Amino acid sequence: MNWIFEPWPWYIAGPIIAFIMFLLLMVGKSFGMSANLRTICTICGAGNKANFFKFDWKSQKWNLVVVIGAVIGGYIGSHYLTTEMAVAINPDTIKDLNVLGFMSAGKSYLPDELFDNSSLFKVKSILILSIGGFLVGFGARYAGGCTSGHAISGLSDLQLPSLIAVIGFFIGGLIMIHFLFPLIF
Amino acid sequence: MRTLIYLFIGILFGITMFKSEAASWFRIYEMFKFESFHMYGIIGSALAIGIIVVQFIQRFKIKSFYGEEIKFYPKEKSFSRYIFGGIIFGLGWALAGACPGPMFTLVGVGFLPITIVIISSIIGTFIYGLLKNKLPH
Repeated sequence: MNWIFEPWPWYIAGPIIAFIMFLLLMVGKSFGMSANLRTICTICGAGNKANFFKFDWKSQKWNLVVVIGAVIGGYIGSHYLTTEMAVAINPDTIKDLNVLGFMSAGKSYLPDELFDNSSLFKVKSILILSIGGFLVGFGARYAGGCTSGHAISGLSDLQLPSLIAVIGFFIGGLIMIHFLFPLIF
Repeated sequence: MRTLIYLFIGILFGITMFKSEAASWFRIYEMFKFESFHMYGIIGSALAIGIIVVQFIQRFKIKSFYGEEIKFYPKEKSFSRYIFGGIIFGLGWALAGACPGPMFTLVGVGFLPITIVIISSIIGTFIYGLLKNKLPH
């Protein structure tokens, strides 16, 4: 059982994700996490500002429960199922990141430069996290889904729109890392 | 009872996102650098099995656990919204290093600054809702 404390390889994680999608289909739901962001807007009263948010959010309560589970899962995974938090990424990637100023590469789960609690008081970190989050929320809704909704659910159903969206995810990601990162960091 | 099932599914999802390191900013960066097979393996194997599962359900008209028909909703046909929305999402995914599932998992791990990402993603969703009719779809 020691393997469970090690990082899980892709051939364990991928099938579990497919199983999660299967379970959700079998209970009459579908796998898509970014829909929750819209539901939260509606709960906060966004329906008064735009028709997009006028819907019965209670019909999405089940998905919010999945989110609560995802939070609990993160707690269980990190507190009880992990001994070493460092993510062993490719040594070449570590060198790249060191050049960009990410000295925590290969030593932690998330870069300390952005996610250490002291980042809450650093203007640059706050800006980067806010802009990143904003683009994720805006883009996911514009595209009608995120990694789970398009890359897993949509592509599993062989939906062409999902393929276009996933190609977009990669264009955006590649532009950010290869062209914008050297300017930002 | 159904709520417990959703909670179980969410917990399994959260543990898997954390333990597979798909919730790690570093793994996302490495993926876009094409310097590891890891993330491609996760998404690829999930997708390969997912396609078989969905085909199986559709071909044999498998009913849900509650005996209901399992419905698939075809996404509306368009190009611009998927490519533009996709690119915007990708820019944010690479910068924040988290997508809308793992960002919640990271709260459970105890990373406080991820709440900035979550709040701004909610704001981003809200602004999209306001601008929806003015954007090319």
